[in-house]
Amino acid sequence: MKIAISAKGKGLDDEIDPRFGRAAYFIIVDPETMEFKAVDNTKNIEAMQGAGIQAARTVAEEGAGVLITGHCGPKAFVTLQAAKINVAVNVSGTVGEAIEKFKRGEISYTKAPNVEGHWR
Amino acid sequence: MVITIASGKGGTGKTTVGVNMAVSLDKAVRFLDCDVEEPNAHLFLKPVIGERTTVNTFVPEIDFTRCNYCGKCGEICQFNAIAVLKDYVLTFPELCHSCRGCLFVCPEKAVLESKRELGVIEQGRAGQVEFIHGRLRIGEAMSPPLIRKVKERIVREQVNIVDAPPGTSCPVIAALKGADFALLVTEPTPFGLNDLILAVEAVRALKMPLGAVLNRAGNGDSGVQSYLARENIPLLLEIPMDRKIAEAYSRGQMIVDVMPEWKEKFKGLYQKIEGIVNRQGNI
Repeated sequence: MKIAISAKGKGLDDEIDPRFGRAAYFIIVDPETMEFKAVDNTKNIEAMQGAGIQAARTVAEEGAGVLITGHCGPKAFVTLQAAKINVAVNVSGTVGEAIEKFKRGEISYTKAPNVEGHWR
Repeated sequence: MVITIASGKGGTGKTTVGVNMAVSLDKAVRFLDCDVEEPNAHLFLKPVIGERTTVNTFVPEIDFTRCNYCGKCGEICQFNAIAVLKDYVLTFPELCHSCRGCLFVCPEKAVLESKRELGVIEQGRAGQVEFIHGRLRIGEAMSPPLIRKVKERIVREQVNIVDAPPGTSCPVIAALKGADFALLVTEPTPFGLNDLILAVEAVRALKMPLGAVLNRAGNGDSGVQSYLARENIPLLLEIPMDRKIAEAYSRGQMIVDVMPEWKEKFKGLYQKIEGIVNRQGNI
């Protein structure tokens, strides 16, 4: 199973981007083989609204079963839930460190969004 | 005749000017409060409301017995209000701008018409003034659709006074569009001037004649007057900084209630506007 990590850059040494919907990149990685790729998220960064929703779709289309990020809002969260993706929030450090944490079983999943929506 | 009263800065006296002008004319007047997020003209006109209509707007609903998850509805949506997943579709009604693109592109006819409440329109009578206002539903983020619905009740053969919300963004443009004249109410402060300039730029982009009312005159500085003179914008009325007016306002009374001699001044304001609009029409 692949995992997705919101990242500020394209590599494993780059930091986790705390924002999910408007993250610079998503690193999609297979933790067993450590094969990975970076998905550009520019289109969502420029979205007027609903960036989190589309980011969730992107991650789902890449076939990820787990998302590791900083903040996840309510609309992104329901979309990720509908796509059956487990979400870990408040994770910081580098992408590589997050993968190691995941392998050690130190990543726990949230049952709710951890930030407010931008509207109401 | 449609006169929209706008200001840029909030709290300059749009409603004060609008309601006083409405009751000072000797003819049928329609007053439309388009500040739907916080309508307040009814506090002064005290209309008897005779009709109340709920206004809805289109939002999509997915028929899962027909949907094949092709994704076309999600692709056309410019507001990310639809997310199509492998085996599920989510809709976010609060993000929808009701363009109906999803309804149009769905090859399976799996997008159904549903609705989201925008708010209500209330109409009634205050003396010779036909009163109409919109009240945006609490939680609703988009006011222009409701403002446009309120404006459908304009009767062009009569005098229509449209009270716009403050600012210069979409709700104000929605209130201004289609007006014969934009009346900008300002105050003699740097803040008033700054926002007046923004409002003038917006009105000029809409290509309609405009004029200004200076409220709380005698206070502050002369920056507004110099700007209006420089820009050839007619200053149609000055309302002085007067404790009597402020006291009346705080009791929900109009200027003409406590100073009946002001009726002539507000009638004069309307006549000046009429003159400008008629001259424009002849060109």
